[in-house]
Amino acid sequence: MALELRPEALEECRRIIARYPRRRSAILPVLYVAQREFGYVPQEAEELVAGLLELHPEEVSGVVSFYTMFHRQPPGKYVVEVCRTLSCALMGADDIASHLRKRLGIDPGETTPDGRFTLRNVECLAACGSGPAVQINGVYHENLTIQALDRILDSLP
Amino acid sequence: MNEILFRHIHRPDLRGLAGYESPEVGGYAVARRVFGDRVAPAEIIETVKQSGLRGRGGAGFPTGMKWGFVPKATAEPKYLVVNADESEPGTFKDRELMEKNPHLLLEGILLSSYAIGAHLAFIYIRGEFVQVAGILEQALAEARAKGYFGRNVFGSGYELELVVHRGAGAYICGEETALLDSLEGYRGQPRLKPPFPAVKGLYGGPTVINNVETLCNVPYIVGEGPQAFRKFGTEKSPGTKVFSVSGPVRRPGNYELPLGVSLRTLIEDVCGGMREGHQLRAVIPGGSSVPVLDASKVDTRLDFESLQAAGSMLGSAGVIVMSHRMCMVRATLNLTRFYRHESCGKCTPCREGTYWMEKILDRIEHGLGQPSDPDLLLDLCGTLLGRSFCPLGDAAAMPVESSVRTFREEYDAHIRERRCTVREAALAGTR
Repeated sequence: MALELRPEALEECRRIIARYPRRRSAILPVLYVAQREFGYVPQEAEELVAGLLELHPEEVSGVVSFYTMFHRQPPGKYVVEVCRTLSCALMGADDIASHLRKRLGIDPGETTPDGRFTLRNVECLAACGSGPAVQINGVYHENLTIQALDRILDSLP
Repeated sequence: MNEILFRHIHRPDLRGLAGYESPEVGGYAVARRVFGDRVAPAEIIETVKQSGLRGRGGAGFPTGMKWGFVPKATAEPKYLVVNADESEPGTFKDRELMEKNPHLLLEGILLSSYAIGAHLAFIYIRGEFVQVAGILEQALAEARAKGYFGRNVFGSGYELELVVHRGAGAYICGEETALLDSLEGYRGQPRLKPPFPAVKGLYGGPTVINNVETLCNVPYIVGEGPQAFRKFGTEKSPGTKVFSVSGPVRRPGNYELPLGVSLRTLIEDVCGGMREGHQLRAVIPGGSSVPVLDASKVDTRLDFESLQAAGSMLGSAGVIVMSHRMCMVRATLNLTRFYRHESCGKCTPCREGTYWMEKILDRIEHGLGQPSDPDLLLDLCGTLLGRSFCPLGDAAAMPVESSVRTFREEYDAHIRERRCTVREAALAGTR
């Protein structure tokens, strides 16, 4: 079944498209709207975006797959992204990463069976002076210790 | 310290228009004067040329010269694109500038767009900066409501629209031509140069791409004049620079200092020295893409020319400090994994070279290295350097080449002992 956007979201996409001299430039912001609305970017969403931007679905798919921030499978309620690049590694990112694997019982790239957490390893988040750093649903948590991270996870609703 | 960009950075109200325009900060005064007096665009370009401002994103290209390449007599629309894709490991200055002082960037965009004759500008900001993008949108809405952006900038009749555009997670989009492809809605892969973007860039039109910090310097230069800017820094590297310091120092963070400050002053005085139990071993002075220096180079001055003479580069001035507890093979493996992950796959030497370098470094680190591996790595670096469309291949090779050459005995020890003794000693507390 073809996916549809809520009228408000569709209107939002039209406003976004109007900002650019060429429709195709709106592909990333429109994909973000689709991801927010559907929780991820299934193939049907790529087709929908292709329709809005007058592109072939394959072209949208090629863009989606190039970037790391679009989920092609439904992610957990909380997406926990651990920076593992050098500056954070110098400050103990490996310990943070292995603690998360243990605590959540999953490997990076996986989602807990209850659908609560998705764990991902990511590259430099530009938080190098305050590492180790983790993003949870886009919000930065920095200068982390294992205890601090546990408190943050415990406090999530 | 904190003379130009960070001057008012600790004011909690700086983020809002009222704080930025307060008498102590004096924000938008330069733009108001430029548009009020109808200062000629050519005059602004000349001022920036004379200031000697060099790009703060990594390449260090003279900003005024770049602007001068934009053809004047053309009917094609011109664009200004702000590179806010800050993704170079060890670099986190633009994030703080945009978070705490967004209007400074907006004022820089106004002046720079006007100078090159652009009526549409974009901030291409990395996708992970969701919160920062929100701050910029908010600041832009405030400035637009006051008539600083839009159809009639400061009542001058000049029109400028600005779009905040979030990327979606790809280091390569910090490379200017890949950024343009991404902004046009394609996979972010680099283009062959020439033609350079100043002549044929976004949608084929003349386009200037400048880093956030570069543009943040423009209001000061236009307001105070080139000589005031040249009071800071050196002859060839004028001005101040935000140094992002990370690693086991006592006070890591962003510091605005005159270019030419010594690495020792930065680490020992500004950052309070190394943390307890850590001794300085190595520094990557310009973001992860530049050659590593060992501790003997600690008196090197941090400017474009001195770092080049020392065998490295100023780059983005992301200063990654490593102590004697860090294994250099492991550090290099970490960065090589980064480049392998971020290689866009367009050019074979980079795509395959980063893959093989990671494999070889991984086996050395895990005690499976061959005695010939260090030379094999150097050979591979030779096949990467200068052989790809964009500098990512070079960026991947330079840390490996410098690390193998500078810390060769550590690579050989890994291979001979079939394990990492540095890490073992650090864990046991004996090193």
